[in-house]
Amino acid sequence: MSRQSNRATDSKKMNSELFTLTYGALVTQLCKDYENDEEVNKQLDKMGYNIGVRLIEDFLARSSVGRCHDFRETADVIAKVAFKMYLGITPSVTNWSPAGDEFSLILESNPLVDFVELPDNHSNLVYSSLLCGVLRGALEMVQMAVDVRFAQDTLRGDNVTEIRMKFIKRIEENLPAGDE
Amino acid sequence: TSVFMSNEALFQFLHSEIIQYVNSAETGESENGRCVSKLENMGFRVGQGLIERFTKDTPRFKDELDVMKFICKDFWTSVFKKQIDNLRTNHQGIYVLQDNKFRLLTQLSAGKQYMEHAPKFLAFTCGLVRGALSNLGVKSIVTAEVSVMPACKFQVMIQKM
Repeated sequence: MSRQSNRATDSKKMNSELFTLTYGALVTQLCKDYENDEEVNKQLDKMGYNIGVRLIEDFLARSSVGRCHDFRETADVIAKVAFKMYLGITPSVTNWSPAGDEFSLILESNPLVDFVELPDNHSNLVYSSLLCGVLRGALEMVQMAVDVRFAQDTLRGDNVTEIRMKFIKRIEENLPAGDE
Repeated sequence: TSVFMSNEALFQFLHSEIIQYVNSAETGESENGRCVSKLENMGFRVGQGLIERFTKDTPRFKDELDVMKFICKDFWTSVFKKQIDNLRTNHQGIYVLQDNKFRLLTQLSAGKQYMEHAPKFLAFTCGLVRGALSNLGVKSIVTAEVSVMPACKFQVMIQKM
């Protein structure tokens, strides 16, 4: 019966491990399918984008977050609400550019890489590229074109994991003709 | 909202994105079979990893049936948030696990619509079960069938060693 008693706590942990391990299986498959790491990064980013454009709806429905008035507010929502909600972590927001159009998310831990070690022959693999795509796709759905990339990655020997986000432009809403 | 729930959404999106990818990467004659077996293989790896971590502190299983019950209750609850609704066996190595509301199909349809896509949405889970069993010392072949979504049956055929 002891097996049943710790089910609740176990299942919570297991659920996030399900995601982590599934992601790992995907990266493994992509590394088999593509010849070089850049192609794998690109594919992961693309898949992330597709997830992001759908995830934003889930996010807006679950959280009571309204429209952000500036990029700083957006940064806060991403770090404190979205990352917390989906990955259980709260990255810190730092390194603002003077113009306020660029910032970094510093991840103390990255649940995606929990059981991962990069072999030497994959030094160009940006393992968590999916995250960039997710962020880009989600923000595009709220009319923000943003450039997202990994500036540092503990998996590749850096001290921290840093995602750099740069605001490009506001996407004009395309209203259907005669619907203004 | 708990991380638990949200993480599930994330997993579901990732799962369908993987199906989409594997599907588009495979072209040619035996595309469907190859696509399904790729998904199955990924599930296998994940099942192996999950069960390893999940049974770290659990007591040894009595027998094959005990293992199957564990899969139906604890394992299924952890992954899909519900138990298997019905477990049948012929006591000769064949088990049928029925889930009346399978988590990865509920978003797809609640009837005959999209039926032709159902196998793709079950392949990963077939592998998941096979991988979990494999690491518990039970070698098997796992297949799945759907008659009306979102209900489905997983058939486990134990391979005697």
